[in-house]
Amino acid sequence: MVVETLTEDVKKVVERWKDKEGNLIMVLHDVQDRYGYVPREAALEVSRQLNAPLARIYEVMTFYNYFRLQAPGKVNISVCLGTACYLKGAPDLIAEIRHILNVEEGKTTKDGKFHLQIVRCLGCCGLAPVITVDHKVYSAVKRSDVVNIIAEYANKDIDK
Amino acid sequence: MCVNLVRLFVNEARSSGLTRGNVMSTVPMIKAVINGFPVEVPAGTSILDAAKKVQVNIPTLCKHADLTASAGCGICIVKVKNNRKLLRACCTPIEMNMDITTSDAEIIQIRRTVLELILSNHPTDCLICGRNNNCELQTLAAEFGICEDRFERILPEIPVDRSTETIILEPKKCIKCGRCVDVCQNTQDVWALSFIDRGFKTRIAPAGDIQLADSPCVRCGQCSAHCPTGAILENDETQKVWDILHDANKYCVVQIAPAVRVAIGEGFGYPVGTNLTKKLYTLLRRLGFKAIFDTNFGADLTILEEAGEFVERFAHQKGPLPLITSCCPAWVDYLEKYYGDMIAHFSTAKSPHEMVGALTKTYYAQKKNIDPSTIKVVSIMPCTAKKYEISRTEDMSSSGFQDVDISLTTRELIRMIKQSGVDFKNLPDEDADLILGDYAGAGTIFGATGGVMEAALRTAYFNVTGENLADVNFQAVRGLEGVKETTVDVKGTQVKVAVAHGLANVKAVMEKVKAAIKNNEPLPYHFIEVMACPGGCVGGGGQPYMVTDEIRKQRAKGLYDEDAGLKIRCSHENVHVQQLYKDFLEKPLSHKAHQLLHTHYVSRPVYIK
Repeated sequence: MVVETLTEDVKKVVERWKDKEGNLIMVLHDVQDRYGYVPREAALEVSRQLNAPLARIYEVMTFYNYFRLQAPGKVNISVCLGTACYLKGAPDLIAEIRHILNVEEGKTTKDGKFHLQIVRCLGCCGLAPVITVDHKVYSAVKRSDVVNIIAEYANKDIDK
Repeated sequence: MCVNLVRLFVNEARSSGLTRGNVMSTVPMIKAVINGFPVEVPAGTSILDAAKKVQVNIPTLCKHADLTASAGCGICIVKVKNNRKLLRACCTPIEMNMDITTSDAEIIQIRRTVLELILSNHPTDCLICGRNNNCELQTLAAEFGICEDRFERILPEIPVDRSTETIILEPKKCIKCGRCVDVCQNTQDVWALSFIDRGFKTRIAPAGDIQLADSPCVRCGQCSAHCPTGAILENDETQKVWDILHDANKYCVVQIAPAVRVAIGEGFGYPVGTNLTKKLYTLLRRLGFKAIFDTNFGADLTILEEAGEFVERFAHQKGPLPLITSCCPAWVDYLEKYYGDMIAHFSTAKSPHEMVGALTKTYYAQKKNIDPSTIKVVSIMPCTAKKYEISRTEDMSSSGFQDVDISLTTRELIRMIKQSGVDFKNLPDEDADLILGDYAGAGTIFGATGGVMEAALRTAYFNVTGENLADVNFQAVRGLEGVKETTVDVKGTQVKVAVAHGLANVKAVMEKVKAAIKNNEPLPYHFIEVMACPGGCVGGGGQPYMVTDEIRKQRAKGLYDEDAGLKIRCSHENVHVQQLYKDFLEKPLSHKAHQLLHTHYVSRPVYIK
């Protein structure tokens, strides 16, 4: 990823938080808000400007689930692994998605199209098991439904 | 158990200054009872350390005497009366009137279960592991009599990292004790190793899972010296040495570094700090080396070149001050990475073993009429970074061949001795071979922090004044203080020197110098010695395991005692060094000396690729 304004972008963020104690997490939050994830170039820039070792930055980013190190996919698939969805077969759905897209949980497909995310309880346990694709909810999903749901998006022009 | 979270808290505590070890004389004493025995220790002492006062060892896998407790392994749990929780002895300061039980049927059962859980994520191929027979995990498993797998074994699949060719990282054998990370980040301020991810996925890796060789790693090897298991090892090259010794067409030459002679005995049950120089000579001869040289000779030579440089700069204003020593390859690497702007201050003198290597394949080869292409030079070093140094740049092939062919650590030599079947303890003493084998006291103290400075001052004083010092001992630069400073009076001229060891101690010294230069103020120092490892080479990353400050002191004492007992204590009085200049090099800093004994440095900032 090459962003011409990267140094300036990070400078603004660092400026905003520079007097706060423990500002690394706030700075990283802002960087992720800006780019959708924390690219390595941005992590290096934060390291330089905050004078924090890169190793510490990656320790923090990999410790907290919130931070993404990869560009998010254009389509975000969230599978609920809350208790109800789990019991109603969500692990099968995850296995099917992994099989079809060849992607791990928390990762993005090589073509950058799909991002698979595991979430805990979407608040509609009566509809279990639940998948959301971007903001559309699919309820009582069966393993055999998965291929069709993915196909809906795979064939769509999704360049937003 | 959340290792990472504890770690984050520990690091927070550090940065806010709440670290252990700052015990002042006014600290109140705490009285408590351990296993029924009364104990009295200064406030702040951990239960683990207090127990030692009443002859009780509490087992642990993560706590190392050098490092802050991480509470990572959970083996050191103890019971405290009226507290229903089990406490970790390593990170719990003893409190007034605590009634502590360190061992009973239940505690032993729990410890065994914790151990079994650790083992369930650890490979069991101990017989083909570099730590076989000296692994802390293996030892504990044996002591607890673990004979079966109670839990299903789940091993992470993380590839081995051999990228540095000096340190081998095998994260699958890691028990997440955190010692390597602590020593790399805090003792050394290098920040090559870190914990990545959390929970079961936690692993040791450089920032963002890159290769160690692409990280800030300076190959000091402190991680390998502190690792309790085989997760971090030196790159074992003993087989290469056996191969050349076996080759009748090779003329094998060996040299030993100062710090090796006072540490090798630990592998054979000698008291710590025993100086075994002459036994080592005999041993190496028996292994089949044709010439036995001593790196201490190279140390004397380094001093003549380096003191020569210092006098050029100090008395004749030829080159910038302060002059900074360059014998330590991890420090050289660190400087090239972080202080590229200070390269002009760095002594261009090569390290002692490189000098001996270059001269073996030129001076010695000519004198003995040996074809240098058949000579193989092996150096026995307390150091892992030396493995990197021997092919660092083409300057390391100044003889026309690679000057030092193989560099082994003390730990590797101990293994070779045991393989050889030589009864090391009962060997007679022998001498090294001339003409690169004898040394002054100044050469031998190179192995301890402050030793290079002290040796250089002895000769620099002579170079400036034409007289020897009345007292050659510089107590102010000895010992384990992180930064040592002193001013030396050279017939009315004050020379200000600083000595730093443990890379985290370097920053303060360097920043002071940089600030003075920037503001055009008087220099805080004229001469600076840096050794990357705490204690200097005696505490090197290739030395025997389980080093503590007490052990560092004993090893250093072995060297200083030798120095004190030698008749010739100044490098410039080493007659074979004098002969070398007369016959071959002409004089210090001559054209030939520059060709063979000096090198150059380039700025190589990290994380650029």
